[in-house]
Amino acid sequence: MKVSYYPGCTLKTKAKNLEESAISSMTALGVELEELPRWNCCGAVHSLAEDDLIHHVAPVRDLIRAMERGSSRLVTLCSMCYNTLARANRIMREDEVKRKTINEFMREEKDYRGEVEVVHFLNFLRDEVGWEKVVERVKRPLDGLRVAGYYGCTLVRPREVAIGPPGHPEILDEFLRAIGAVPVDYAGSNLCCGSYQIVANPEAAVDAVSRILGGAVGAGVDAMVISCPLCEFNLSGSQKGLLEDGRISREVPLFYFTQLLAVALGLEEGACRFDLNDRVAVDLLRSRNLVHC
Amino acid sequence: MSDRCECGVVQQVATGDRAILPEGAKTIPIYVMGKRYEVPETLTIMKAMEYAGFKFLRGAGCRGGICGACPTVYRKEGDYKLYFGLACQTVVEPNMYLAQIPFYPANRAVYEIEEIEPSGEAIYALYPELFRCVACNNCTKACPMGVEVLDYISAIKQGDIAKAAQLSFDCIQCGLCASRCMGELPQYHIAQLARRIYGRYIQPGADHLKRRVEEIEGGKYDEMLDRLTRMSHGELEKLYKEREREPDLAPPGTWMPKETQYL
Repeated sequence: MKVSYYPGCTLKTKAKNLEESAISSMTALGVELEELPRWNCCGAVHSLAEDDLIHHVAPVRDLIRAMERGSSRLVTLCSMCYNTLARANRIMREDEVKRKTINEFMREEKDYRGEVEVVHFLNFLRDEVGWEKVVERVKRPLDGLRVAGYYGCTLVRPREVAIGPPGHPEILDEFLRAIGAVPVDYAGSNLCCGSYQIVANPEAAVDAVSRILGGAVGAGVDAMVISCPLCEFNLSGSQKGLLEDGRISREVPLFYFTQLLAVALGLEEGACRFDLNDRVAVDLLRSRNLVHC
Repeated sequence: MSDRCECGVVQQVATGDRAILPEGAKTIPIYVMGKRYEVPETLTIMKAMEYAGFKFLRGAGCRGGICGACPTVYRKEGDYKLYFGLACQTVVEPNMYLAQIPFYPANRAVYEIEEIEPSGEAIYALYPELFRCVACNNCTKACPMGVEVLDYISAIKQGDIAKAAQLSFDCIQCGLCASRCMGELPQYHIAQLARRIYGRYIQPGADHLKRRVEEIEGGKYDEMLDRLTRMSHGELEKLYKEREREPDLAPPGTWMPKETQYL
Protein backbone atom coordinates (compact mmCIF):
# COMPACT_ATOMS: atom_id res chain seq x y z
CA MET A 1 0.00 0.00 0.00
CA LYS A 2 1.21 3.50 -0.86
CA VAL A 3 0.02 6.74 0.65
CA SER A 4 0.99 10.38 0.14
CA TYR A 5 2.99 11.78 2.98
CA TYR A 6 3.77 15.29 4.20
CA PRO A 7 6.86 15.39 6.46
CA GLY A 8 7.19 19.03 7.56
CA CYS A 9 10.39 21.06 7.88
CA THR A 10 11.34 20.04 11.41
CA LEU A 11 11.26 16.34 10.57
CA LYS A 12 13.92 17.06 7.96
CA THR A 13 16.14 18.97 10.38
CA LYS A 14 15.76 18.66 14.18
CA ALA A 15 13.42 15.70 14.37
CA LYS A 16 14.89 13.14 11.99
CA ASN A 17 14.31 10.58 14.72
CA LEU A 18 10.56 11.12 14.31
CA GLU A 19 10.58 10.78 10.53
CA GLU A 20 13.11 8.01 9.98
CA SER A 21 11.60 5.69 12.60
CA ALA A 22 8.15 6.31 11.13
CA ILE A 23 9.13 5.56 7.53
CA SER A 24 11.02 2.41 8.49
CA SER A 25 8.14 1.20 10.64
CA MET A 26 5.59 1.75 7.89
CA THR A 27 7.84 -0.09 5.44
CA ALA A 28 7.97 -2.99 7.87
CA LEU A 29 4.17 -2.90 8.02
CA GLY A 30 3.90 -2.96 4.23
CA VAL A 31 3.06 0.71 3.72
CA GLU A 32 5.12 3.06 1.59
CA LEU A 33 4.94 6.68 2.69
CA GLU A 34 5.37 8.63 -0.53
CA GLU A 35 6.72 12.07 0.26
CA LEU A 36 5.13 14.85 -1.80
CA PRO A 37 7.71 15.83 -4.42
CA ARG A 38 6.97 19.51 -3.82
CA TRP A 39 5.91 20.94 -0.49
CA ASN A 40 6.41 24.04 1.61
CA CYS A 41 6.17 24.85 5.30
CA CYS A 42 2.71 24.02 6.69
CA GLY A 43 2.48 27.46 8.26
CA ALA A 44 3.34 26.01 11.71
CA VAL A 45 0.57 27.80 13.59
CA HIS A 46 -3.06 28.06 12.57
CA SER A 47 -4.10 31.69 12.51
CA LEU A 48 -7.32 32.35 14.39
CA ALA A 49 -7.93 35.87 13.13
CA GLU A 50 -11.03 35.86 10.95
CA ASP A 51 -9.52 38.13 8.32
CA ASP A 52 -6.02 36.69 8.29
CA LEU A 53 -6.29 34.41 5.30
CA ILE A 54 -2.73 34.76 4.08
CA HIS A 55 -1.54 32.38 6.78
CA HIS A 56 -3.77 29.62 5.38
CA VAL A 57 -2.12 29.86 1.98
CA ALA A 58 0.88 27.72 2.96
CA PRO A 59 -1.11 24.68 4.19
CA VAL A 60 -3.61 24.97 1.34
CA ARG A 61 -0.78 25.00 -1.19
CA ASP A 62 0.48 21.73 0.32
CA LEU A 63 -2.98 20.22 0.06
CA ILE A 64 -3.11 21.28 -3.59
CA ARG A 65 0.22 19.51 -4.12
CA ALA A 66 -1.36 16.33 -2.79
CA MET A 67 -4.48 16.82 -4.93
CA GLU A 68 -2.33 17.33 -8.03
CA ARG A 69 -0.90 13.87 -7.49
CA GLY A 70 -4.37 12.42 -7.33
CA SER A 71 -4.09 11.64 -3.63
CA SER A 72 -7.27 11.50 -1.65
CA ARG A 73 -5.35 11.23 1.62
CA LEU A 74 -2.31 12.95 3.03
CA VAL A 75 -0.63 11.31 6.01
CA THR A 76 1.37 13.49 8.34
CA LEU A 77 3.23 12.99 11.58
CA CYS A 78 4.19 16.20 13.32
CA SER A 79 1.32 17.31 15.55
CA MET A 80 1.61 20.93 14.50
CA CYS A 81 1.68 20.16 10.79
CA TYR A 82 -1.31 17.90 11.27
CA ASN A 83 -3.23 20.60 13.08
CA THR A 84 -2.41 23.37 10.60
CA LEU A 85 -3.14 21.27 7.53
CA ALA A 86 -6.35 19.79 8.93
CA ARG A 87 -7.74 23.15 10.05
CA ALA A 88 -6.92 24.88 6.77
CA ASN A 89 -8.60 21.95 5.03
CA ARG A 90 -11.77 22.49 7.06
CA ILE A 91 -11.86 26.14 6.04
CA MET A 92 -11.57 25.15 2.38
CA ARG A 93 -14.38 22.64 2.78
CA GLU A 94 -16.78 24.63 4.88
CA ASP A 95 -16.28 28.35 4.41
CA GLU A 96 -17.34 29.35 0.94
CA VAL A 97 -16.25 32.98 1.22
CA LYS A 98 -12.79 32.20 2.53
CA ARG A 99 -12.36 29.37 0.03
CA LYS A 100 -13.15 31.73 -2.81
CA THR A 101 -10.75 34.41 -1.54
CA ILE A 102 -7.90 31.93 -1.04
CA ASN A 103 -8.44 30.27 -4.41
CA GLU A 104 -8.57 33.67 -6.10
CA PHE A 105 -5.30 34.67 -4.48
CA MET A 106 -3.65 31.44 -5.62
CA ARG A 107 -4.68 31.78 -9.23
CA GLU A 108 -1.59 30.00 -10.46
CA GLU A 109 -2.83 26.83 -8.72
CA LYS A 110 -5.83 24.63 -9.30
CA ASP A 111 -8.90 25.54 -7.28
CA TYR A 112 -9.11 23.56 -4.07
CA ARG A 113 -12.28 22.61 -2.22
CA GLY A 114 -10.97 20.24 0.44
CA GLU A 115 -10.67 17.20 -1.80
CA VAL A 116 -7.81 15.74 0.25
CA GLU A 117 -8.24 14.13 3.67
CA VAL A 118 -5.53 15.00 6.22
CA VAL A 119 -4.76 11.90 8.29
CA HIS A 120 -2.48 11.67 11.28
CA PHE A 121 -0.06 8.74 11.28
CA LEU A 122 -1.70 7.30 14.41
CA ASN A 123 -5.15 7.24 12.80
CA PHE A 124 -3.69 5.71 9.67
CA LEU A 125 -2.01 3.06 11.79
CA ARG A 126 -5.26 2.22 13.57
CA ASP A 127 -7.69 2.50 10.66
CA GLU A 128 -5.68 1.35 7.65
CA VAL A 129 -3.01 -0.94 9.06
CA GLY A 130 -4.96 -2.00 12.13
CA TRP A 131 -3.76 -2.80 15.65
CA GLU A 132 -4.08 -6.52 14.95
CA LYS A 133 -1.53 -6.34 12.20
CA VAL A 134 0.77 -4.25 14.36
CA VAL A 135 0.49 -6.86 17.15
CA GLU A 136 1.18 -9.61 14.64
CA ARG A 137 4.33 -7.89 13.36
CA VAL A 138 5.78 -7.05 16.77
CA LYS A 139 9.02 -8.96 17.22
CA ARG A 140 10.31 -7.34 20.35
CA PRO A 141 7.34 -6.48 22.61
CA LEU A 142 8.12 -3.73 25.10
CA ASP A 143 7.11 -6.03 27.92
CA GLY A 144 6.08 -4.21 30.99
CA LEU A 145 7.48 -0.84 29.95
CA ARG A 146 5.21 1.70 31.63
CA VAL A 147 4.68 4.49 29.14
CA ALA A 148 2.77 7.77 29.33
CA GLY A 149 1.17 8.89 26.09
CA TYR A 150 1.37 12.66 25.71
CA TYR A 151 -0.98 14.35 23.23
CA GLY A 152 -0.43 17.99 24.09
CA CYS A 153 -2.76 20.41 22.32
CA THR A 154 -2.56 20.09 18.63
CA LEU A 155 -3.52 16.43 18.24
CA VAL A 156 -6.69 16.88 20.24
CA ARG A 157 -7.75 20.51 19.90
CA PRO A 158 -10.00 21.83 18.51
CA ARG A 159 -12.52 18.98 18.56
CA GLU A 160 -13.16 19.26 14.81
CA VAL A 161 -9.67 17.98 14.01
CA ALA A 162 -8.98 15.91 17.15
CA ILE A 163 -7.47 12.50 16.44
CA GLY A 164 -9.66 11.00 19.17
CA PRO A 165 -12.67 11.92 21.28
CA PRO A 166 -11.96 15.35 22.82
CA GLY A 167 -11.02 15.16 26.47
CA HIS A 168 -10.65 11.42 26.33
CA PRO A 169 -8.45 10.29 23.46
CA GLU A 170 -7.35 6.68 23.78
CA ILE A 171 -5.44 6.18 20.59
CA LEU A 172 -1.98 6.43 22.16
CA ASP A 173 -3.02 3.92 24.84
CA GLU A 174 -4.24 1.53 22.12
CA PHE A 175 -0.98 2.03 20.28
CA LEU A 176 1.09 1.34 23.39
CA ARG A 177 -0.85 -1.84 24.12
CA ALA A 178 -0.32 -3.01 20.54
CA ILE A 179 3.45 -2.79 20.91
CA GLY A 180 3.42 -4.56 24.26
CA ALA A 181 3.88 -1.57 26.54
CA VAL A 182 1.70 -0.67 29.49
CA PRO A 183 -0.11 2.67 28.99
CA VAL A 184 -0.12 4.72 32.15
CA ASP A 185 -2.91 7.13 32.98
CA TYR A 186 -1.63 10.40 34.42
CA ALA A 187 -2.72 14.00 34.85
CA GLY A 188 -1.25 16.03 32.04
CA SER A 189 -1.58 14.03 28.83
CA ASN A 190 -3.73 16.78 27.30
CA LEU A 191 -2.00 19.79 28.84
CA CYS A 192 -0.16 22.31 26.71
CA CYS A 193 3.64 22.09 26.79
CA GLY A 194 3.95 25.88 26.67
CA SER A 195 4.50 25.89 22.95
CA TYR A 196 6.17 29.05 21.61
CA GLN A 197 5.93 30.67 25.04
CA ILE A 198 9.32 29.03 25.54
CA VAL A 199 10.72 31.95 23.54
CA ALA A 200 8.72 34.94 24.79
CA ASN A 201 7.77 33.77 28.27
CA PRO A 202 9.97 30.80 29.20
CA GLU A 203 8.85 30.76 32.85
CA ALA A 204 5.28 29.99 31.80
CA ALA A 205 6.45 27.22 29.47
CA VAL A 206 8.65 25.63 32.14
CA ASP A 207 5.73 25.74 34.59
CA ALA A 208 3.60 23.93 32.04
CA VAL A 209 6.28 21.30 31.47
CA SER A 210 6.67 20.88 35.22
CA ARG A 211 2.98 19.94 35.55
CA ILE A 212 3.20 17.42 32.70
CA LEU A 213 6.42 15.73 33.79
CA GLY A 214 5.40 15.92 37.47
CA GLY A 215 2.18 14.10 36.65
CA ALA A 216 4.07 11.41 34.75
CA VAL A 217 6.67 10.93 37.48
CA GLY A 218 3.91 10.74 40.08
CA ALA A 219 2.23 7.98 38.09
CA GLY A 220 5.48 6.02 38.08
CA VAL A 221 6.09 5.97 34.34
CA ASP A 222 9.23 4.57 32.75
CA ALA A 223 8.95 6.75 29.67
CA MET A 224 6.77 9.13 27.72
CA VAL A 225 5.85 9.12 24.02
CA ILE A 226 5.13 12.24 21.99
CA SER A 227 4.33 13.21 18.42
CA CYS A 228 5.49 16.81 18.26
CA PRO A 229 8.98 18.30 17.86
CA LEU A 230 7.99 21.48 19.69
CA CYS A 231 6.66 19.47 22.66
CA GLU A 232 9.91 17.53 22.53
CA PHE A 233 11.93 20.75 22.58
CA ASN A 234 10.07 22.08 25.61
CA LEU A 235 9.80 18.83 27.57
CA SER A 236 13.33 17.71 26.90
CA GLY A 237 14.90 21.14 27.22
CA SER A 238 13.31 21.95 30.56
CA GLN A 239 13.91 18.63 32.33
CA LYS A 240 17.41 19.27 33.66
CA GLY A 241 16.48 22.66 35.14
CA LEU A 242 13.36 21.26 36.76
CA LEU A 243 15.38 18.42 38.26
CA GLU A 244 18.00 20.82 39.61
CA ASP A 245 15.30 23.00 41.12
CA GLY A 246 13.72 19.97 42.76
CA ARG A 247 10.45 20.46 40.89
CA ILE A 248 10.58 16.92 39.52
CA SER A 249 12.27 14.03 41.28
CA ARG A 250 13.75 12.33 38.21
CA GLU A 251 14.07 12.68 34.46
CA VAL A 252 11.46 11.11 32.20
CA PRO A 253 12.88 9.37 29.10
CA LEU A 254 11.16 10.86 26.04
CA PHE A 255 10.56 9.11 22.73
CA TYR A 256 8.69 9.85 19.59
CA PHE A 257 6.00 7.16 19.51
CA THR A 258 7.35 5.98 16.18
CA GLN A 259 10.70 5.16 17.78
CA LEU A 260 9.10 2.70 20.18
CA LEU A 261 7.12 1.29 17.25
CA ALA A 262 10.36 0.69 15.37
CA VAL A 263 11.92 -0.97 18.42
CA ALA A 264 8.90 -3.23 18.85
CA LEU A 265 8.93 -4.16 15.17
CA GLY A 266 12.51 -5.30 15.68
CA LEU A 267 13.99 -2.78 13.26
CA GLU A 268 17.66 -1.92 13.23
CA GLU A 269 18.62 0.67 15.78
CA GLY A 270 19.93 2.95 13.03
CA ALA A 271 16.34 3.45 11.87
CA CYS A 272 15.40 4.86 15.27
CA ARG A 273 18.01 7.63 15.37
CA PHE A 274 18.42 7.43 19.14
CA ASP A 275 21.50 9.60 18.67
CA LEU A 276 19.04 12.52 18.61
CA ASN A 277 17.39 11.56 21.92
CA ASP A 278 18.56 12.40 25.40
CA ARG A 279 20.94 9.89 26.95
CA VAL A 280 18.42 8.91 29.60
CA ALA A 281 16.11 7.56 26.89
CA VAL A 282 18.71 5.30 25.34
CA ASP A 283 19.87 4.16 28.79
CA LEU A 284 16.35 3.02 29.63
CA LEU A 285 16.01 0.87 26.51
CA ARG A 286 19.45 -0.58 27.02
CA SER A 287 18.68 -1.47 30.63
CA ARG A 288 15.58 -3.32 29.39
CA ASN A 289 17.65 -5.09 26.76
CA LEU A 290 15.55 -3.52 24.01
CA VAL A 291 18.47 -1.87 22.22
CA HIS A 292 22.19 -2.45 22.22
CA CYS A 293 23.52 0.86 20.95
CA MET B 1 21.52 50.13 -34.12
CA SER B 2 22.71 48.51 -37.33
CA ASP B 3 22.73 50.59 -40.51
CA ARG B 4 22.40 47.53 -42.68
CA CYS B 5 19.43 45.41 -43.33
CA GLU B 6 19.63 42.02 -44.97
CA CYS B 7 16.29 42.37 -46.64
CA GLY B 8 17.46 45.55 -48.35
CA VAL B 9 14.15 47.30 -47.89
CA VAL B 10 14.72 49.33 -44.72
CA GLN B 11 17.11 52.21 -45.19
CA GLN B 12 19.49 53.92 -42.83
CA VAL B 13 17.53 54.76 -39.69
CA ALA B 14 19.91 56.26 -37.14
CA THR B 15 21.40 59.70 -37.35
CA GLY B 16 22.27 62.25 -34.70
CA ASP B 17 21.32 61.48 -31.12
CA ARG B 18 18.11 59.75 -31.95
CA ALA B 19 17.02 57.02 -34.31
CA ILE B 20 14.85 58.17 -37.17
CA LEU B 21 12.27 55.70 -38.33
CA PRO B 22 12.20 54.63 -41.96
CA GLU B 23 9.06 55.54 -43.79
CA GLY B 24 6.19 53.17 -43.17
CA ALA B 25 7.73 51.53 -40.09
CA LYS B 26 5.09 50.63 -37.56
CA THR B 27 5.19 52.10 -34.08
CA ILE B 28 3.25 51.22 -30.97
CA PRO B 29 2.53 53.22 -27.82
CA ILE B 30 4.19 52.18 -24.58
CA TYR B 31 4.18 53.97 -21.24
CA VAL B 32 7.48 54.36 -19.46
CA MET B 33 6.99 55.49 -15.86
CA GLY B 34 3.59 56.75 -16.89
CA LYS B 35 4.57 58.75 -19.95
CA ARG B 36 3.52 57.70 -23.41
CA TYR B 37 6.12 57.06 -26.11
CA GLU B 38 5.68 55.82 -29.66
CA VAL B 39 8.31 53.19 -30.31
CA PRO B 40 8.99 50.80 -33.19
CA GLU B 41 7.38 47.43 -32.63
CA THR B 42 9.64 44.37 -32.29
CA LEU B 43 12.20 46.24 -30.17
CA THR B 44 13.10 45.01 -26.72
CA ILE B 45 12.06 47.22 -23.82
CA MET B 46 15.65 48.34 -23.44
CA LYS B 47 16.08 49.35 -27.07
CA ALA B 48 12.64 50.95 -27.10
CA MET B 49 13.56 53.07 -24.10
CA GLU B 50 16.79 54.11 -25.76
CA TYR B 51 14.84 54.91 -28.88
CA ALA B 52 12.57 57.06 -26.73
CA GLY B 53 15.56 59.00 -25.47
CA PHE B 54 16.49 57.24 -22.23
CA LYS B 55 20.17 56.68 -21.60
CA PHE B 56 21.20 53.87 -19.29
CA LEU B 57 23.94 54.70 -16.83
CA ARG B 58 22.70 51.91 -14.53
CA GLY B 59 20.10 49.27 -15.20
CA ALA B 60 21.82 47.84 -18.26
CA GLY B 61 24.66 45.40 -18.38
CA CYS B 62 25.24 42.41 -20.59
CA ARG B 63 22.19 42.98 -22.83
CA GLY B 64 22.15 39.22 -23.19
CA GLY B 65 19.71 38.17 -20.48
CA ILE B 66 22.18 36.94 -17.93
CA CYS B 67 23.59 39.80 -15.80
CA GLY B 68 20.38 40.67 -13.99
CA ALA B 69 20.81 44.46 -14.27
CA CYS B 70 17.62 45.32 -16.14
CA PRO B 71 14.64 43.75 -14.34
CA THR B 72 11.44 45.42 -15.42
CA VAL B 73 7.91 45.36 -14.07
CA TYR B 74 4.99 45.99 -16.36
CA ARG B 75 1.28 45.78 -16.72
CA LYS B 76 -0.85 45.42 -19.80
CA GLU B 77 -3.86 47.55 -20.52
CA GLY B 78 -6.99 46.21 -18.86
CA ASP B 79 -5.15 43.39 -17.06
CA TYR B 80 -4.76 43.42 -13.26
CA LYS B 81 -1.75 41.13 -13.36
CA LEU B 82 1.81 42.26 -12.86
CA TYR B 83 4.32 41.00 -15.40
CA PHE B 84 8.06 40.78 -15.02
CA GLY B 85 10.90 40.52 -17.47
CA LEU B 86 14.38 41.61 -18.37
CA ALA B 87 14.35 44.82 -20.41
CA CYS B 88 17.00 43.43 -22.74
CA GLN B 89 14.99 40.28 -23.49
CA THR B 90 11.35 41.32 -23.43
CA VAL B 91 9.76 42.65 -26.59
CA VAL B 92 7.49 45.68 -26.26
CA GLU B 93 3.75 45.23 -26.56
CA PRO B 94 1.20 47.93 -27.34
CA ASN B 95 0.02 49.83 -24.27
CA MET B 96 2.34 48.21 -21.79
CA TYR B 97 3.04 50.25 -18.69
CA LEU B 98 6.53 49.66 -17.44
CA ALA B 99 9.18 50.72 -14.99
CA GLN B 100 12.64 49.37 -14.47
CA ILE B 101 13.73 48.21 -11.02
CA PRO B 102 17.50 48.16 -11.54
CA PHE B 103 18.20 47.78 -7.83
CA TYR B 104 16.13 46.61 -4.90
CA PRO B 105 17.45 46.93 -1.35
CA ALA B 106 17.99 43.51 0.26
CA ASN B 107 20.19 42.73 3.22
CA ARG B 108 23.12 40.50 2.50
CA ALA B 109 24.61 38.69 5.46
CA VAL B 110 28.35 38.74 6.05
CA TYR B 111 30.00 35.36 6.57
CA GLU B 112 33.29 33.59 6.16
CA ILE B 113 32.62 30.63 3.90
CA GLU B 114 35.59 28.68 5.27
CA GLU B 115 34.21 28.93 8.81
CA ILE B 116 30.60 28.14 8.06
CA GLU B 117 28.88 24.92 9.14
CA PRO B 118 27.40 23.30 6.01
CA SER B 119 23.89 22.97 7.43
CA GLY B 120 20.50 24.61 7.29
CA GLU B 121 21.16 25.97 10.78
CA ALA B 122 24.01 28.15 9.50
CA ILE B 123 21.69 29.71 6.94
CA TYR B 124 18.91 30.21 9.50
CA ALA B 125 21.35 32.03 11.79
CA LEU B 126 22.38 34.42 9.02
CA TYR B 127 18.90 34.85 7.55
CA PRO B 128 16.34 34.26 10.34
CA GLU B 129 13.76 36.10 8.22
CA LEU B 130 13.49 32.88 6.18
CA PHE B 131 10.77 31.84 8.60
CA ARG B 132 8.66 34.86 7.74
CA CYS B 133 7.78 33.15 4.44
CA VAL B 134 4.05 32.53 4.14
CA ALA B 135 4.30 30.58 0.87
CA CYS B 136 2.40 33.28 -1.01
CA ASN B 137 4.48 32.43 -4.10
CA ASN B 138 4.84 36.06 -5.22
CA CYS B 139 8.60 35.42 -5.55
CA THR B 140 8.13 32.64 -8.09
CA LYS B 141 5.60 34.69 -10.01
CA ALA B 142 8.06 37.60 -10.19
CA CYS B 143 11.08 35.64 -11.40
CA PRO B 144 12.04 36.56 -14.98
CA MET B 145 14.15 33.39 -15.18
CA GLY B 146 11.37 30.99 -14.23
CA VAL B 147 13.13 29.87 -11.06
CA GLU B 148 10.88 28.10 -8.55
CA VAL B 149 11.81 30.54 -5.81
CA LEU B 150 9.28 29.34 -3.24
CA ASP B 151 10.47 25.77 -3.77
CA TYR B 152 14.11 26.63 -3.08
CA ILE B 153 13.18 28.70 -0.02
CA SER B 154 11.18 25.68 1.16
CA ALA B 155 14.14 23.38 0.48
CA ILE B 156 16.36 25.56 2.67
CA LYS B 157 13.79 25.47 5.47
CA GLN B 158 13.89 21.69 5.10
CA GLY B 159 17.68 21.75 5.45
CA ASP B 160 18.15 20.52 1.86
CA ILE B 161 20.97 22.77 0.66
CA ALA B 162 21.77 20.67 -2.41
CA LYS B 163 18.19 20.91 -3.64
CA ALA B 164 18.14 24.67 -3.02
CA ALA B 165 21.39 25.09 -4.94
CA GLN B 166 20.05 23.13 -7.88
CA LEU B 167 16.65 24.84 -7.93
CA SER B 168 18.21 28.31 -7.78
CA PHE B 169 20.92 27.64 -10.36
CA ASP B 170 19.37 29.93 -13.00
CA CYS B 171 19.08 32.89 -10.61
CA ILE B 172 20.68 36.06 -12.01
CA GLN B 173 20.34 38.06 -8.77
CA CYS B 174 18.03 40.67 -10.26
CA GLY B 175 16.13 41.04 -6.98
CA LEU B 176 12.56 40.97 -8.29
CA CYS B 177 11.75 38.13 -5.86
CA ALA B 178 12.78 40.30 -2.93
CA SER B 179 10.79 43.23 -4.29
CA ARG B 180 7.58 41.21 -4.11
CA CYS B 181 8.11 39.33 -0.86
CA MET B 182 5.49 39.61 1.88
CA GLY B 183 7.95 38.31 4.44
CA GLU B 184 10.67 40.74 3.34
CA LEU B 185 13.14 37.95 2.55
CA PRO B 186 16.21 38.61 0.42
CA GLN B 187 15.68 35.32 -1.45
CA TYR B 188 18.44 35.72 -3.98
CA HIS B 189 21.11 36.38 -1.37
CA ILE B 190 19.93 33.38 0.65
CA ALA B 191 20.11 31.21 -2.47
CA GLN B 192 23.60 32.44 -3.24
CA LEU B 193 24.70 31.40 0.24
CA ALA B 194 23.12 27.98 -0.33
CA ARG B 195 25.00 27.60 -3.62
CA ARG B 196 28.25 28.68 -2.01
CA ILE B 197 27.85 26.16 0.79
CA TYR B 198 26.94 23.55 -1.80
CA GLY B 199 30.01 24.34 -3.88
CA ARG B 200 32.37 24.50 -0.93
CA TYR B 201 31.17 21.53 1.16
CA ILE B 202 28.62 19.33 -0.57
CA GLN B 203 29.35 19.03 -4.28
CA PRO B 204 32.03 16.39 -4.86
CA GLY B 205 35.29 18.03 -5.95
CA ALA B 206 36.77 17.25 -9.38
CA ASP B 207 40.12 15.49 -8.92
CA HIS B 208 41.51 16.56 -12.29
CA LEU B 209 40.73 20.20 -11.51
CA LYS B 210 42.43 19.95 -8.13
CA ARG B 211 45.53 18.45 -9.73
CA ARG B 212 45.61 21.12 -12.41
CA VAL B 213 45.33 23.93 -9.85
CA GLU B 214 48.19 22.35 -7.92
CA GLU B 215 50.28 22.23 -11.08
CA ILE B 216 49.57 25.87 -11.87
CA GLU B 217 50.27 26.99 -8.32
CA GLY B 218 53.40 24.83 -8.32
CA GLY B 219 54.75 26.89 -11.22
CA LYS B 220 54.54 24.24 -13.93
CA TYR B 221 53.41 26.78 -16.53
CA ASP B 222 55.34 29.85 -15.37
CA GLU B 223 58.29 29.22 -17.68
CA MET B 224 56.06 28.57 -20.72
CA LEU B 225 54.11 31.74 -20.07
CA ASP B 226 57.31 33.74 -19.73
CA ARG B 227 58.49 32.35 -23.05
CA LEU B 228 55.24 33.40 -24.72
CA THR B 229 55.30 36.92 -23.30
CA ARG B 230 58.89 37.42 -24.51
CA MET B 231 58.02 36.43 -28.10
CA SER B 232 57.75 38.96 -30.89
CA HIS B 233 54.48 39.48 -32.72
CA GLY B 234 55.80 37.51 -35.67
CA GLU B 235 56.95 34.58 -33.55
CA LEU B 236 53.61 34.43 -31.78
CA GLU B 237 51.71 34.51 -35.04
CA LYS B 238 53.83 31.67 -36.42
CA LEU B 239 53.35 29.62 -33.28
CA TYR B 240 49.62 30.17 -33.41
CA LYS B 241 49.30 29.25 -37.07
CA GLU B 242 51.38 26.12 -36.65
CA ARG B 243 49.69 24.96 -33.48
CA GLU B 244 48.33 21.46 -33.33
CA ARG B 245 44.59 21.43 -33.41
CA GLU B 246 42.09 18.74 -32.51
CA PRO B 247 40.10 17.78 -35.63
CA ASP B 248 36.58 19.20 -35.42
CA LEU B 249 34.72 15.92 -35.36
CA ALA B 250 37.24 13.79 -33.48
CA PRO B 251 35.39 11.44 -31.11
CA PRO B 252 36.02 12.46 -27.49
CA GLY B 253 39.20 11.03 -26.01
CA THR B 254 40.68 9.78 -29.27
CA TRP B 255 43.00 12.69 -30.13
CA MET B 256 46.30 13.50 -28.48
CA PRO B 257 48.73 16.25 -29.53
CA LYS B 258 52.27 15.26 -30.48
CA GLU B 259 53.63 17.96 -28.24
CA THR B 260 52.72 16.92 -24.68
CA GLN B 261 54.74 19.35 -22.58
CA TYR B 262 51.73 21.63 -22.06
CA LEU B 263 49.41 18.90 -20.80
